[in-house]
Amino acid sequence: MPYSEKLLDHFTNPRNVGTLDKDSPRVGTGVVGNPVCGDVMQLQLEIDDDGRIVDAKFKTFGCGAAIAASSLTTEWLKGRSLSAAEELRNRDIAKELSLPPVKVHCSVLAEKAVRAAIEDWKRKRENAPPAAGPARVESCEGCRKVCPVNLLDQVLERSGKAEQKVGT
Amino acid sequence: MSLRLPIYLDNNATTPVDGRVLEAMTPYLTGEFGNAASRNHAFGWRAEDAVETAREQVAGLIGAAAKEIVWTSGATESDNLAIKGAAQMYRDKGNHVITCVTEHKAVLDTCKRLEEWGFQVTYLPTDETGRLDPRQVAEAITDRTILISIMAANNEIGTIHPIAEIGRIAKRRGVLLHTDATQAAGKVPLSVEEMGVDLMSLSGHKMYGPKGVGALYVRRRGPRVRLVPQMDGGGHEWGLRSGTLNVPGIVGMGAAADICRREMPEEAPRLRALRDRLHEGIAGRLEQVKLNGHPAERLPNTVNLSFAYVEGESLMMKMKTLAVSSGSACTSASLQPSYVLRAIGVGDELAHSSIRFSLGRFNTQEEIDYAAEQVVAAVNELRQLSPLYEMAREGIDLKKVKWTDED
Repeated sequence: MPYSEKLLDHFTNPRNVGTLDKDSPRVGTGVVGNPVCGDVMQLQLEIDDDGRIVDAKFKTFGCGAAIAASSLTTEWLKGRSLSAAEELRNRDIAKELSLPPVKVHCSVLAEKAVRAAIEDWKRKRENAPPAAGPARVESCEGCRKVCPVNLLDQVLERSGKAEQKVGT
Repeated sequence: MSLRLPIYLDNNATTPVDGRVLEAMTPYLTGEFGNAASRNHAFGWRAEDAVETAREQVAGLIGAAAKEIVWTSGATESDNLAIKGAAQMYRDKGNHVITCVTEHKAVLDTCKRLEEWGFQVTYLPTDETGRLDPRQVAEAITDRTILISIMAANNEIGTIHPIAEIGRIAKRRGVLLHTDATQAAGKVPLSVEEMGVDLMSLSGHKMYGPKGVGALYVRRRGPRVRLVPQMDGGGHEWGLRSGTLNVPGIVGMGAAADICRREMPEEAPRLRALRDRLHEGIAGRLEQVKLNGHPAERLPNTVNLSFAYVEGESLMMKMKTLAVSSGSACTSASLQPSYVLRAIGVGDELAHSSIRFSLGRFNTQEEIDYAAEQVVAAVNELRQLSPLYEMAREGIDLKKVKWTDED
C-alpha cells in the first residue's frame, strides 16, 4: 500500500497509546468497528469541567492506516476544546495522512470514535445509565459496502443449489 | 555473515530464477534465437532440440512422457485450456464439472465461465484443514459429469489434497481428472500415473524458472485426452496451443524442473525442517497463534499462521524486513479477507490476522531465526496497541461483545 511519510511516522511511532480509567466521570470512551471487518478503534478522551480535553488515548486493531488515523486524532485533540473535537471531520484526517481511497473508511472510523467518546462523556455527566455491554460499537462503512458482495458466499450459495440439483 | 534484508519468504507467490536456470536460458536469448517451428535451417533445428529436451525434463518431474507436455504461457493458461478445452470437447457426454471452493481463481473463474456457457458446476467444500474428502467427490459424480478439477496443493495454506484417491474414483467412473499442480510441482513428488491424473497444470516461475512460461500435461494413453484448443493460429503443439514457442522460457522451465527433480530428496526435508523451526520459533514464544492448513499433509515450505488480536496488514508493516503475504482484507484491492481461509472455517477476525510464510531454496537457517524474532517482536508490539487484546486479557469474551454489524 503506498502510504505517505506522515502516515508511516504515526504508524511507526504511534502517539498516545494506552487506556484511561473507563469508570472515571471525566473520561469518555468510544469503541467503534468490528473485528470481523478487520478494524476496531478504541478512543478515550479525558475532559475537564471547562470542556477542555486534557488527555487522549487510543488502542486500535486494524491496518496501518487505522492505527495512524487514531494516533493523529489523539494528537490533534489533546489540549483542544470539546467543541473543536465535535468539529473534527474525517476528511481532515484523510487529507493530513494522504489516505488512499480504499483507506478513507479508516478516517471515518476515527471520526465516529471521537463522537462515541464524547457521547459517552456526556452521558456520564447527565448521570445516565452506561451503555449496555462492555463496548459501544458502531459499524464501519467500508465493510457495509464490501461484505455483501463476497465471492465465497456466492460460490457456496450456488454450490448448495448445484448440489441439490445434482442429488435429484 | 550478515543478513541481506529484506528476507524473502513469499515463494508461493513467485521464486527467483535459479542461476543455473539463467545460464541454461541465456544462449537462447542471444545466439540461439531461432524459431522452433523453422524446419528449414539450423537455427530452427537447434531451438527445436532445446524445446524437446525441456519437454523431457518437465515430463520427468511428473512421471509423464515428453509428448504429453504442451507449452503454455503459465498455469492460468494451462487451467483455462484444460477446463474449457475438456468441457467443450466432451460436451456431448455431459455438462457437469466438479471442483472445490479453495481452488485458485484461475480454476474458479474458469468454472464460472463454464456456468455462463450452460455447464453445471459443483463446488465441493473442504474440512477445516482445507482437505477434500474423496468420498464427497464420489457422491458428487453423476452420469453427466465429464471433468473433476482439484488442485494438488493449495497456494495459501499448503494443504495437499488426496489426489491419488480422487484419481481412482475418477477412473472407476470414467471421468477426467485435472489437477492444478502449480504449487506442488517441484516441492513434493508427483506422478501422473500413480495419481491417476489426466490433465495437470504447471508453472515455470514457482519452481525457480522464469515467468511467462507454463505447461499442461495432457494424457495420451488410457485414455487419450482430447481438448478443444483455446488459441487459434499456426497449429503449434499438435494444434493444442498455437503461438511461437517461448524458447528461452521453455528451456528455463525445463532446467528448473530438472533441478527440482534431482534435488528434491535433500531439499524437501531441509525446507520442512526450516519451516517447522520457524513455526516453533514463533508459536513457542507467543500465545494465541493458530495454524491454518493441515498439520501434516502440507507443502514442506508453507506455514500459514493467524495471530489473534492483530491485523495482518499492520503486522506486515511492522515486519518490514520480511517479505510475506497476508489473508487480511486490507492487503487486497477488494477489501475482502481470504476466501480460502473463510472456506476452511477460519473466522473473519482470524483471517484478517493471518500471515503466509512460504520458504524457498535460498532461505537459510540464520534468516529463519531472524524472521521468527521479527514476528514475535511485531506481534507483541501490536498487541500492546490492540483493544481486542486488552479486552481478552480483562476476560471479556470477544464473541459475546455486541458489534453493530452483527445485528
